[in-house]
Amino acid sequence: MKLHPIIADSPYQNKQAASIAKKILRFFHMDIFLLTSLIALSAIGLFILFSAANQSWALVTQQLIRIALAFLVMIIFAQIPPNTYKNWAPWVFGFALILLFAVLIVGLVSKGAQRWINLGIFSFQPSEIMKLGMPMMLSYYLSDKRLPPSLKEIAISLAILIVPTLLIAKQPDLGTALMVATAGIFVLLLAGMTWRIIGLGAIASILSLPFLWHFLHSYQKERVLTFFNPERDPLGAGYHIIQSKIAIGSGGFLGKGWLQGTQSHLHFLPEHATDFIFAVCGEELGFIGCTILLIIFSFIVARGLYISYRAHDSFTRLLSGSLILTFFMSFFVNIGMVTGILPVVGLPLPLVSYGGTSMVTLMAGFGIIMSIHSHKKLINT
Amino acid sequence: MSQHMPIKNLELERRLFKRRVLMAGLIAFIGILVLLSRLFMLQVLQYKSYATLSKQNRLQIIPIAPNRGLIYDRNGVLLADNIPVFSLDITRDQVKDLKDTLSRLGHIISISNTDLKYFKKALRQHRPSTPVPLKLQLNKQEVAKFYVHQYAFPGVSVDARLLRHYPVGEVMTPVLGYVGRINDCELEHIDSANYAASNFIGKDGIEKQYEKELHGTVGYKQVEVDAGGHAIRTIKRVAPIAGANLYLTIDSKLQEIATKALGGECGAVVAIEPKTGQVLVLASNPSFDPNLLVHGMSSADFNKLLMSPDKPMFNRALQGEFPIASTIKPFLALEGLDSGVITKDYTIYDPGWFRLPNTHHIYRDWNWRHGGHGEVNVTKAIIVSSDTFFYNLGVLLGINRIDDILNRFGFGMSTGIDLPSEQIGLIPSPAWKWKYKGERWFKGDTVNSGIGQGFMLTTTLQLANAVATLANRGLRFKPHVLLKSSANETSIKAPKTEAEDPVMIQNKWAWQTVITAMEGVIRSVRPFGTARIRFGTNPKYSVAAKTGTGQVYSRRGNRDEEARSEANIPKRLRTDSLFIAFAPVKHPKIALAVIVEHSPIAGTVARRVLDAYLLHSNKVSVKPRRSPLSRR
Repeated sequence: MKLHPIIADSPYQNKQAASIAKKILRFFHMDIFLLTSLIALSAIGLFILFSAANQSWALVTQQLIRIALAFLVMIIFAQIPPNTYKNWAPWVFGFALILLFAVLIVGLVSKGAQRWINLGIFSFQPSEIMKLGMPMMLSYYLSDKRLPPSLKEIAISLAILIVPTLLIAKQPDLGTALMVATAGIFVLLLAGMTWRIIGLGAIASILSLPFLWHFLHSYQKERVLTFFNPERDPLGAGYHIIQSKIAIGSGGFLGKGWLQGTQSHLHFLPEHATDFIFAVCGEELGFIGCTILLIIFSFIVARGLYISYRAHDSFTRLLSGSLILTFFMSFFVNIGMVTGILPVVGLPLPLVSYGGTSMVTLMAGFGIIMSIHSHKKLINT
Repeated sequence: MSQHMPIKNLELERRLFKRRVLMAGLIAFIGILVLLSRLFMLQVLQYKSYATLSKQNRLQIIPIAPNRGLIYDRNGVLLADNIPVFSLDITRDQVKDLKDTLSRLGHIISISNTDLKYFKKALRQHRPSTPVPLKLQLNKQEVAKFYVHQYAFPGVSVDARLLRHYPVGEVMTPVLGYVGRINDCELEHIDSANYAASNFIGKDGIEKQYEKELHGTVGYKQVEVDAGGHAIRTIKRVAPIAGANLYLTIDSKLQEIATKALGGECGAVVAIEPKTGQVLVLASNPSFDPNLLVHGMSSADFNKLLMSPDKPMFNRALQGEFPIASTIKPFLALEGLDSGVITKDYTIYDPGWFRLPNTHHIYRDWNWRHGGHGEVNVTKAIIVSSDTFFYNLGVLLGINRIDDILNRFGFGMSTGIDLPSEQIGLIPSPAWKWKYKGERWFKGDTVNSGIGQGFMLTTTLQLANAVATLANRGLRFKPHVLLKSSANETSIKAPKTEAEDPVMIQNKWAWQTVITAMEGVIRSVRPFGTARIRFGTNPKYSVAAKTGTGQVYSRRGNRDEEARSEANIPKRLRTDSLFIAFAPVKHPKIALAVIVEHSPIAGTVARRVLDAYLLHSNKVSVKPRRSPLSRR
């Protein structure tokens, strides 16, 4: 081995260094665009959290550990080739379904809301596994079918979709149930379900709304009613919306400045470190800050869709497309809720809100997307 | 395999998918544009109005607590009231340095550790803009003292609040329960918006059972607050809706009489109106002054109350489980007569003891020293409370029949009364014994069951309810305490009288035989009715009754010593006395059960209650009483 003297200003050296970095990234199956934008997003998220949590280092450190763990999970998931995901899909789905039933039974016994399974060392929500299990299962099911799917295949897919969704809604966790259901529906839409069926489905779901209304818990009904009329419940959910609109609106174009928000720091704004953290961003970083954040979110979605566009078989296309669209839905619904154009459903802002489990699942999803992108040559036949 | 295996057209599918992805991208793009324009609207177009709301005049919503519903007895006597008090309140977001403020306040007004503890709990529960009480019930000097120094304490104020008060005191606690400050566990189960201004919640009794009705609905006012946090003007006020006033079936005068009749003894009295199931008396002695718990007591005092050997916080009427003892006899006699196992004239010779065939063990009658009761039929057996007769009847019936009739009268199961934490007693069966004791059911267990001893347990409420059923000749009603509730002048709701499965028997005359025998317990001179000593003679109304004596511990081995005198053994080992009765016999107005621990006075207590209710000969008036802590 020979040691080369390092000459800093040599273009050749820079090029070589860059190619080494590329090789390392490729070795770990990382996508440079997704990786950098996800890191940027979590970094901004930590800054916002620091302010929202009244400059508590403890909270930020905890969140940092969670982020590190989530990125580690992403890297691990990116190493697994897509074919393995395909083979595992029914097992992952079945496992998650069994856990959901288990949680329901435990919940029935303890007569209360039950979402967690305790494994002694740590506890987790089976509904989180279902967030990945659902799109995997449906992509697996449709991958060897002739697309667009026939009516019978759509019916079977809907049956696969409805059971876990109802189980999660029963917990009751309306937000997660919604995310799992949309992940499944995205697979169907991407699979090329004809427009006529989509139209009929839309009409059918609108007609079934009064029926579904019956199944909602009273507090869930309350939230929907409050959405249409925030004055209805000024001490509960309506108060959240009113206060978060004041926080965001008063931020103006440039914002009040980092750590300078008055609404959130004077505790006018509830849940300002978790579901309503975007309001802190709006108040302190203003329209400019929000726009930058949205641009990063959009870039991640665009890159994800591009990977999906370039994928080489049905399974990977459907899975990556559904995962990235679910990511879009989660931040769209959260920001829509905080700015008062959607009803209050308890969904965090991905990578920014304080809290752990959903972040790990989300990054596992990005790991799968990266795996699909970087392994594509191996399965290109 | 499927009948036709369609060939996948890969190129076509790829094109279809790409169209869909592009479409999804377009929709996502539009969605992001919607968010951006919404942000533009809020932050650029409407910036000024939101900035104003945020900066100069901030909108605050201050919740207003509803007044808790009042509670009355069946005659309109006020049992739970709200009284105005002055409280020292702190509004968290108007105080700069809370620690400093608290320590300086401590120099002016004494603040106990208990107050501090509750205050810190309440701080977490309420919004920072809501005033939270630091100390309730300031006296006049303290109020005056604070006003002198008020300038030095921004964010601290003296406010008038309503506090729960129980004018009748300890007597009604077994029914009413009490309110206390909301704890963490309760916090999880309440609608936090509705309790935004509330500090108290029902902890026991009626207060807990009907918390939802009593609490009412929170109101609020929207106020404009300046940068310093001072309210400038009220924009909107939505009045709270007060909780419903409740009327109970309890006769508080009668309850007072029953409690006084118990005197210094531990025990319980439950009286029920047979034809409706309305509970007239549900007394447990000793009790405690609920007002102490409302005003907040130190943990030392609370522990003293909790650990007191007489257990004043233990509701003996609902939770105390006692052997049914001889009060079981009328129920077993009824089953014996109805099933044909014995007849009215079935007679045995009672030598003062009973022995199972082919065994040596002797079961003694309470009267064994005097050679038993001689020839006994079922009527005499009830009048003199012959154990021998019922040992024998128990064996003839068998444990399954015994359990069956007791279950039909509601023993061993919840009565369904509208009060929390009722115990269900125990009717033992061979299956039960195998499961919980790991032992076979012996014939001797059946013998003991015949006189209500052994494993058998009942609550005073269950016993009273069974007596009401006996008085009704089989008709059963769910016992209840709520007479009616009125949310306002116009809407008055009364719960319906709920009938339960009646006790049906084939030979209707069996009711009359048993009830006549129970009358004899009081009237009969020869044979001598067991109630004549304690209940007394010649009541001015007709009564059917039965006495009972519950053994607290087994005295096998030291019988002679014990028999010399009850007075020689320690009080906690003396027998319990039981008394059941209903009156008048033809058209019963009241059925009751009395259980007194380690004391024979149950009959005396029953007489006082029946006389008071049926003859109105009460001389006791209901008035506020002293605390039980000072009494003992």
